[in-house]
Amino acid sequence: MYRFLLNITFVLAILIFNQENIFANDNSTEKDPEHPQEHNEEHEKEGFNPGDFIFDHIRDSYEWHLFSYKGHHVAIPLPVILYSKTKGFISFWSFKLEHGHTYHGFKIAHEGDYENKIIEVNSHGEFVARPFDISITKNVTAILFSCIFLIFIFVSVANSYKRREGLPPKGLQSLFEPLILFVRDDIAKSSIGEKHYEKYTPFLLTIFFFILLNNLLGLVPLFPGGANVTGNITVTMALALFTFFITTITGNKNYWSHIFNTPGVPWWLKVPLPLIPFVELFGVFIKPFVLMIRLFANISAGHIIVLGFFSLIFIFGSMNPKLGLVVSPVSLVFTIFMSILELLVAFIQAYVFTILSAIYFGMASEEDH
Amino acid sequence: MELVKPDLGLLIWMIFSFSVVLYVLIKFAWKPILKALKDRETSISKSLLAAQRAKDEMAKIEFGNEKITQLAKLEKESLLKEAKEIKNKIIEEAREDAKLEAKEIIKEARQSVEQEKNKVINEIKNQIATLSVDIAENILKQKLEDESKQKKLIDDLVKDIDLN
Repeated sequence: MYRFLLNITFVLAILIFNQENIFANDNSTEKDPEHPQEHNEEHEKEGFNPGDFIFDHIRDSYEWHLFSYKGHHVAIPLPVILYSKTKGFISFWSFKLEHGHTYHGFKIAHEGDYENKIIEVNSHGEFVARPFDISITKNVTAILFSCIFLIFIFVSVANSYKRREGLPPKGLQSLFEPLILFVRDDIAKSSIGEKHYEKYTPFLLTIFFFILLNNLLGLVPLFPGGANVTGNITVTMALALFTFFITTITGNKNYWSHIFNTPGVPWWLKVPLPLIPFVELFGVFIKPFVLMIRLFANISAGHIIVLGFFSLIFIFGSMNPKLGLVVSPVSLVFTIFMSILELLVAFIQAYVFTILSAIYFGMASEEDH
Repeated sequence: MELVKPDLGLLIWMIFSFSVVLYVLIKFAWKPILKALKDRETSISKSLLAAQRAKDEMAKIEFGNEKITQLAKLEKESLLKEAKEIKNKIIEEAREDAKLEAKEIIKEARQSVEQEKNKVINEIKNQIATLSVDIAENILKQKLEDESKQKKLIDDLVKDIDLN
């Protein structure tokens, strides 16, 4: 809904204020106010580049870009926290690095291995090193925000359970109770089994709601949404690591014997060359890896498609402003359709990540039979 | 490539904040929520069980009531029957008694009638006897007015007497 509204306002804004500017394909000297990457000065003079446009929206950044107006971009500055061998810990606001500025020998790289990351440069502007970077980036902010939000929501739900003991759920409680029961009964209980599911349910609930909330926030284009948290490989990697460590730590004797001495397999596949154990052991690492890739790819792909449809307006607009006008309703319909589809995907991916984790936990805690 | 390159700083923040969330939520949200849900479920199933038990008990009581009513009915019937029997018996007995008494009365009556009759007959007999004696006296008186006739009579009488 928000994306839908924003799309409409965005298109209207373009049509009303900046039509000549944005759709001018031959005017290379004019600044392009709707370009999302005008902080990269060298890009400003080029035409519309959908790749950069999309990539700028789905990648992490040191500031929280809100909107641009007539060449000035409005962003929430976020703290940059660095540690370099030569300068020690250093912290400053992200706007010090805007427009490719260098601050205390740090700048955002525009090319090379560390593109869009902060690098340390010497007085000649040459690359020295990549500092240890624990900046509060856009994604970190979004993660912290969603963490606070999750804690606030579910602690208040828990309090209403305590307050209204024995009474039917009400308000937020009744909104979340079906989801909590869904995770407990249809994900945890059915995948792990009656006996062990209680141990894993809290973790499954946490990842389910964390992923769901961030998927949904990712669809909201306004602050504090709009950060591509669950479409970020680092975030999905962290989530998959949690699943991996919990599976490995709670894995029982039966689980490990299935890996190293797989039952029901001819002996010559195990001795002298441990072919099956090798495959099984590989699978232990493949499983969380697949979890990581699946969530990242699904969410990123959804965002890329939405933004891609959206870019069509500007691609056609840069050929001919009238063509852009004609294409925009079509593009809008596709964007809306994709946004709705993404809403569904947000639920499905949260569900899939959780149920696969639950299945891995089920394997780890399965008893010999 | 940046898209698929994990970033160490973000990873550290993510693991740190997710661990905190996990800890806080497990301790302050999921445990109480799951406990409340479980408690509610057990209380519901308990209540259902209790309701079922109460229903069973009710049915049992109802069955008992029915049995009692049936028993009462049977007893009533048997009592009635007995009463009827007693009534009949009493009537029968009364009738029998009445019959016997009647018979007795009749017998007595008959006896007294007989006695009366006998008495009357005796009296009649006596009267007849006196009468006949009187008559005979009178006749004799008349007949013995003359001597010859007396003599003849004595003769006749002597003749009648057998000397053996």
